[in-house]
Amino acid sequence: MKAKVRRRYLALKIDSNEKFDSKEFIDTVWNTLLRLYGEYGASKAGLTLIDYDVEKGLAVIRAAHTEVEKVRTAIASITEINAKPVAMHVLTISGTLKTLRRKLRATT
Amino acid sequence: MKRRFADLHLQPNLDNLEQTKTMIMKASELGYSLVAVPLPTVSTEIFAQRLRAACREARVDFASRLDLKPKTAKELLHQLRKFRRKVEIIAVICDSKAVARQAAKDHRVDILNFPKVDPRRRFFDKAEAELASNSLAAFEIDVKTLITLKGPAKIRLLSVLKREAAIAKEFHVPIVVSSGATNELFMRKPLEMAALTSLFDLDKPTALNAVSKIPLTIVKRNREKLNPNFIAPGIRLVRKGSDCQ
Repeated sequence: MKAKVRRRYLALKIDSNEKFDSKEFIDTVWNTLLRLYGEYGASKAGLTLIDYDVEKGLAVIRAAHTEVEKVRTAIASITEINAKPVAMHVLTISGTLKTLRRKLRATT
Repeated sequence: MKRRFADLHLQPNLDNLEQTKTMIMKASELGYSLVAVPLPTVSTEIFAQRLRAACREARVDFASRLDLKPKTAKELLHQLRKFRRKVEIIAVICDSKAVARQAAKDHRVDILNFPKVDPRRRFFDKAEAELASNSLAAFEIDVKTLITLKGPAKIRLLSVLKREAAIAKEFHVPIVVSSGATNELFMRKPLEMAALTSLFDLDKPTALNAVSKIPLTIVKRNREKLNPNFIAPGIRLVRKGSDCQ
């Protein structure tokens, strides 16, 4: 029987004076992951964009639970999106979207 | 007990008070309970007071730090004599081997920082680590260099850091991971800083200690030493004068 895939949901805050669309954002995360860990490492991350709020600069992404630290490292390594300076921070991590949203509400 | 975090190397432009305050506020927001900012060698106390006030406003603890950049070992000794009792943290920016060796064996030095990216201009080898481990000096790694470099330069730096971190661990030299941030976009959360150390194979407990326990211990130890009642490690003046009767 196929083992259940365990995932983690990460809420991210994008710190910048500029605004970026979801494609620019997720491409930057993918490219950083690819640069740091190569194609094989990036393929294991199972990265998916779940939610993106341009106005608030908030994003929710999903990753394989074993690769969360790699994703966190990649996100910390990001200093620019489309040559515009930026910083990204992991606000919270959770196993389900429901708890992630609850945690987010509690922190904001 | 909840872990406390410290960033011992914020580098705002001290002439720009607004930017300095923003960075201190950001540090508090990111979860740091203590920050240190390198002060200039002139008007040290004035800048320290200004920063202390900004930190009080942001509800973070402030530690005064001085980055010494001597050209020779003799100049380092002179600067240490002059400044050791004035600030809580003394860091030495090691630009030459002679300075690095002298800094590593001097008990008055808290932090060794190697800013150069070129492997031949970094002097943290086994001999340096052995001296540093005897004098309790910590090896500082600035995350800013790591995140700003790209391509082959980053690969070279990661390879050097991997070797240096292994040497530090072998000789029990404490590692301090700091941001080295010159603006708030180079600042990262403590857990993100710890995650970045995985790029040079630092294990998680060591990485977490590098952003919490080690820097906090350095500051605590030096505050004790700067206390007027301090006599020697473990010995302090409890009463004097008429109190003794």
